[in-house]
Amino acid sequence: MMTLSKENFEIKREPDVILYRNRAKELAAKIGMSLVGQTKLITAASELVRNMLRYADGGTGTIEVIVKNNIKGIRLTFADKGPGIKDLKLAMQDGFSTGRSLGLGLPGAKRLSNEFDIKSEPGKGTTVTIIRWKNGL
Amino acid sequence: MDRIPILKMGEFLLVTIQVDLYDRLALTLESDLMNMVSRTEARGVLIDISAVSIVDSFMGRILGNIASMSKIMDAETVVVGMQPAVAITLVELGLTLSGVHTALDVEMGMELLREKIGPQPNDEEDLYDDII
Repeated sequence: MMTLSKENFEIKREPDVILYRNRAKELAAKIGMSLVGQTKLITAASELVRNMLRYADGGTGTIEVIVKNNIKGIRLTFADKGPGIKDLKLAMQDGFSTGRSLGLGLPGAKRLSNEFDIKSEPGKGTTVTIIRWKNGL
Repeated sequence: MDRIPILKMGEFLLVTIQVDLYDRLALTLESDLMNMVSRTEARGVLIDISAVSIVDSFMGRILGNIASMSKIMDAETVVVGMQPAVAITLVELGLTLSGVHTALDVEMGMELLREKIGPQPNDEEDLYDDII
């Protein structure tokens, strides 16, 4: 897997999300991702950015254009230095939330992505990475 | 502060969301709408999301909230104009928007609202005529 371009965004306030989402959509369109693919990607991003703002007071969002076996894709990374997630297995279950939300954020973002990875260490922070491939339907 | 305009059309309130919403803006819309329903005694709320390119779980929850709150205040809510890609994404996300009436476009949404709220006060005389 190779990275063709990489951009970092500081996400500290809600309106920062829109800038980030728009850029991700722009790049996804540029590599030829379908409109449904673009929509799934930025919806997943929206869920993950919200978690970052709600539980960790913000963090860094990265957008990368990547290529593997001649297929392009978009990789989004969300890194925060928040309290971390105590029980990842529980957090990945539909309907589980420590806030007062629907608990669809993490499992929903996973369903909307082609590849999903989450690493979290209590007290140190959480990093979530998602990929959508151009041909990922 | 940013605000989404709410238009009054007879006994309906009409909201066209033309910008991408962030959470605070969506919450402001929710409370503005409820205040307007109370102040104008509106019987229906029509929300046009045809210009919205993303509905995530938070936005979906707000739409559901608006529908249930309106219901309690004796008004029906119809959401119209959802883009196909948004509908596909919502279902995969796991959100069904239960309790929210939907229609394809503004025109069909208006029709649905009229159906939902039933005969109007103006029609009442006719109803009495029938009974007598």
